[in-house]
Amino acid sequence: MSATATHVAGAAHDHHDDHGPAKGIMRWLTTTNHKDIGTMYLVFSLLMFLLGGAMALVIRAELFMPGMQIVDPGTFNTLTTVHALIMVFGAVMPATVGLANWMIPMQIGAPDMALPRMNNFSFWLLVAAFSLLILSLFMPGGGPAAGWTLYPPLVLQTGDALPLAIFAIHLAGASSIMGSINIIVTIMNLRAPGMTLLKMPLFVWTWLITAYLLIAVMPVFAGAVTMLLTDHFFHTTFFAAAGGGDPVLYQHVFWFFGHPEVYIMILPAFGIVSEIIPTFSRKPLFGYDSMVYATASIAFLSFIVWAHHMFTVGMPLAGEMFFMLSTMLIAVPTGVKVFNWTATMWKGSLSFEPPMLFALAFLFLFTIGGFSGLMMAIAPVDFQYHDTYFIVAHFHYVLVPGAVFAIIAGVYYWLPKWTGHMYDMKLAKAHFWASAIFVNVLFFPQHFLGLAGMPRRIPDYSTQFADWNMVSSIGGFGFGLSQLLFVYLIWKCVRGGAQASARVWDDAKTEGLEWTVPSPAPYHTFEEAPVVK
Amino acid sequence: MKTVKRALAACAAFLAGSGPAMAAWSDLNLRVGVTPLSRDIHGLHMLILWICVAIAVAVFGVMIYSIATFRKSKGAVPATFDHSTKAEIVWTVIPVLILVGMAIPAAKTLVRIDDSSGADMTIKVTGYQWKWQYEYVGQGVSYYSTLAQASNFARELRSGVDPYSVQNYLLDVDHPLVLPQGVKVRVLVTSADVIHSWWVPDFAIKKDAIPGYINELWILADQAGTFRGQCVELCGRDHGFMPIVVEVKPRAEFDAWLAEQKAATQAANAPATQVALNHVEPAAVRVAAAE
Repeated sequence: MSATATHVAGAAHDHHDDHGPAKGIMRWLTTTNHKDIGTMYLVFSLLMFLLGGAMALVIRAELFMPGMQIVDPGTFNTLTTVHALIMVFGAVMPATVGLANWMIPMQIGAPDMALPRMNNFSFWLLVAAFSLLILSLFMPGGGPAAGWTLYPPLVLQTGDALPLAIFAIHLAGASSIMGSINIIVTIMNLRAPGMTLLKMPLFVWTWLITAYLLIAVMPVFAGAVTMLLTDHFFHTTFFAAAGGGDPVLYQHVFWFFGHPEVYIMILPAFGIVSEIIPTFSRKPLFGYDSMVYATASIAFLSFIVWAHHMFTVGMPLAGEMFFMLSTMLIAVPTGVKVFNWTATMWKGSLSFEPPMLFALAFLFLFTIGGFSGLMMAIAPVDFQYHDTYFIVAHFHYVLVPGAVFAIIAGVYYWLPKWTGHMYDMKLAKAHFWASAIFVNVLFFPQHFLGLAGMPRRIPDYSTQFADWNMVSSIGGFGFGLSQLLFVYLIWKCVRGGAQASARVWDDAKTEGLEWTVPSPAPYHTFEEAPVVK
Repeated sequence: MKTVKRALAACAAFLAGSGPAMAAWSDLNLRVGVTPLSRDIHGLHMLILWICVAIAVAVFGVMIYSIATFRKSKGAVPATFDHSTKAEIVWTVIPVLILVGMAIPAAKTLVRIDDSSGADMTIKVTGYQWKWQYEYVGQGVSYYSTLAQASNFARELRSGVDPYSVQNYLLDVDHPLVLPQGVKVRVLVTSADVIHSWWVPDFAIKKDAIPGYINELWILADQAGTFRGQCVELCGRDHGFMPIVVEVKPRAEFDAWLAEQKAATQAANAPATQVALNHVEPAAVRVAAAE
């Protein structure tokens, strides 16, 4: 707590209020302020969400009916690959980092992130990473088209896009690792006096655990893609069977990263929902301690289940058995979380503001994704589900109405705190209903397609799959266009609107330090550490 | 116009709550298939599906009840409890028991799938970009199987051919794999270039074709007929266009077919008749051109 002591001491000096934001573009290029950087992360994430979404719409347009109408198969593969890379590394992860930047210091009573210059560097590195990735689309030989998992030997057939995509991953990984170090250092050192670990808001807890996951697995991913690079350019044969290497080794290394990665995307979402449901149920979060332990258990389990992504590679029976059973175990802590959220609402006093609506949709639809996840954990049945649209439906359920809805809920929850303006509630509710309906029209029929035998990542399909693909595409366009409402609403809210109070949700049960500062939150908050009882 | 009509029909059907494919329940659910394993797997799938549905009814029921009952607009006064050790133990232990109940039949099926002993014949499947090669091991019969011409023409970008006018669009090949009915067949799966994956839904098992690896699966089809599947591991540009067609024939018919193939192969290998059976060529040229 020496850091806190320093701040208290610092407050005794004369306070010079002359280091507000710089003017113009330099404010954003050189800022070390956690709020500015948080805003940049969120805006970046929104742009990437729209870009990745536009790619998804081209995919859905091509799949609207059988026959090839819009893109050739190579371009289609590039679109599915880059759509996933952008959504995972450019949209979902930066959005949660943006929320962490804005909210973690304010929730633990810290004046800023612990390492502000590195914070700025983390963000701009991400911009560099995605510039490279987008540039790779225009290289001779086309963009990366081997799927976001970049499996060799296929990925080694990529043209000049390969090194660009791999360097993009390196930079994005470095950015994530720095961001994680920053978050861990901030949480460990800058908590206000009295803010013990088990008093921290759940969003802070889930991010702390997420940050450890990121530090553990990002270097593994960097190592795997570096081996791809040397296989391609320096005649190593890590993954080439002809040279004594092993293509399946890549998959093991990749999924050792890849499985924790999916929790990296969902744990902060759990944190956001754990903030919102108690607020609008006007009742304390049920089972705080068990929520923390469940999060930690999920994080631990994420390291020992990776090969459930690879049940069809021909593992020995003992391996398949182990990964099946360990994967099934994840249902226990995840179930605890869902039950705790439900118990939080039980005998509460619920109201349905936009953040609560999105949190509730998360609760229902993430659980559907959980059920299909449990089904796929059963290895013998996964021989049927694997690499079909069933898995596409599953991971989109946990990522779109799961992670993305939670992020949107978080934005609707804290937006008035950031801008000082209430937003248009009617428009937000319209956005909610459109999103919640279309997301199901989009993804639910994909379960049927997968069970009926439609493989994933195909640009064209047999006529028996036509009907549900058409329904899914209609849902896709509905969902995509609905998000324009969200963009417009944010734009409107930034420019003006009714003044928000410090507590924003005056008739709900807002707890936490972020609601003790005025709205909009001043450029510098908690220069003097608050005392938490 | 046709597209618009189909779109409208799909929408209308969806809004009416009955999917367009509702006519056939088989289009919504996993198929039962034609092998002992596929039936086991289907049974396991249904068991787990119904367990999930039961849990969903209970959990969603409580959520919906809470949302409907404990409303601020109805004047609900919030309680203040924030934990209950008893409840938390209950909802940790019950899921564990349910999982154990699922794991036992799952493990049994997994062991059965793994046991390919006692097979009467062996077939080697090799994946190529973008076709399959089938080899009847020890019989000297081997051939390639590529997308049928009609589909291959129709699937070109803006080909102008209506896919509905092509029989078995994208699920038809020139030379299907032929298997005997009621015989346990061991299938060895490998690849000559990138990773592919061999899957026929009616046989339930899917195995990746990986260069440098020989994976194994077994099929005991107890029903004659034609069964269709596709490559299910992204393998490049034409991943969507390397279907799998398997014809299961009664034993006698199969034996006759195999004898015919053997004779043809021998004739082809005789020095004077090298012109026969050159169906490999067009696809081989395509592979070379694509890379």
